[in-house]
Amino acid sequence: MNFENINDLHKDVLREIGNIGAGNAATSLSAILNKKVNMDVPEISVLPFNKVVDIMGGADNYVAGCFLEISGEAPMSLLFVIPKESINLFITVLLGLPPMEDNQELDEMSISALKEITNILAGSYLTALNGFTQIVFDTSVPAFAYDMAGAILGNALYLLGNVSDSALVIKSLFKEEDKEVDSHLFLLPEPGTLEAIFEKLGVSV
Amino acid sequence: MEDIKVGMADLAATIAPQNLVTIGLGSCVGICLYDKATKVGGLAHIMLPDSTQGRTMQNKAKYADTAIEVLLEEMTKLGAQKRRITAKIAGGAQMFNFSGNNNSMKIGERNVIAVKEELKRQGISLLAEDTGENFGRTIKFDTSDGSLGIKTGNRGEKTI
Repeated sequence: MNFENINDLHKDVLREIGNIGAGNAATSLSAILNKKVNMDVPEISVLPFNKVVDIMGGADNYVAGCFLEISGEAPMSLLFVIPKESINLFITVLLGLPPMEDNQELDEMSISALKEITNILAGSYLTALNGFTQIVFDTSVPAFAYDMAGAILGNALYLLGNVSDSALVIKSLFKEEDKEVDSHLFLLPEPGTLEAIFEKLGVSV
Repeated sequence: MEDIKVGMADLAATIAPQNLVTIGLGSCVGICLYDKATKVGGLAHIMLPDSTQGRTMQNKAKYADTAIEVLLEEMTKLGAQKRRITAKIAGGAQMFNFSGNNNSMKIGERNVIAVKEELKRQGISLLAEDTGENFGRTIKFDTSDGSLGIKTGNRGEKTI
């Protein structure tokens, strides 16, 4: 199914799954970081590739990206992105690690923390999705890059590129008390994956 | 004159003094074609190596093989002659380093190979390239002399 054909009902279903996934993620993060972490209701949108990069702050904006591939009955990939402006907030507030100096490469500690967060996020969403659909998901180890948003996105979108010109984006926002940390979670389903999910849910495509 | 910005899976041709820019090439490849005599330049920002693997063919700028063909047509319309056209390319990095030997992630390398094959097939000589590695590139193609400026985050700048 083309993402262009996704209707409001489909979006509601994805948002509900996203909500539960975000709830799971917030709970896991709170437990691991030992502080209260909240996540907003995710925004679901379908965007052409060129617009996806705009919500990341433009193609030349530096971002930290963690990418993993999910295989099984409903294959997809997942990209978790934190814009440059939010990286320090993320590292210091959420992880309690020292801030990154300007333009410095991220240190190993922050990178493995970000990878771990990506694992947790993926696990939370996939657990929610599994609860609804009974589909089993296998995830790869996350890979990390800190570079231009366009460069990271281009690499992450290649599987989707063969079948689509747009991507399904779930935008998530972390909050710790009054501090908001902007981040984006991109779930990039492969062809047939959305049909498989909607079919299990009894939603017509 | 304002530069033309070429987005992902897009292409454009123009004539000096207007220059062509593409921002944030990762595994994608920026293909810059140039006819020195008429100062007609073209830039394609391709994502994927092979249009026959794709299920969507609406966007020919997305694939190495089809993008070069369309770009040549666009440049010919502006007065360029194919026999004089030369090429420079940049990009084709591997942004994510997986610990396992994940073949599917070597898309950058596959893109570069596909671009070179298509250039050869079209009889266009490749004058210079800055490809591979693991970082993003922003490129500016100067149509006054066909030089290609490459900027990176912390890997410096160069002109090829």
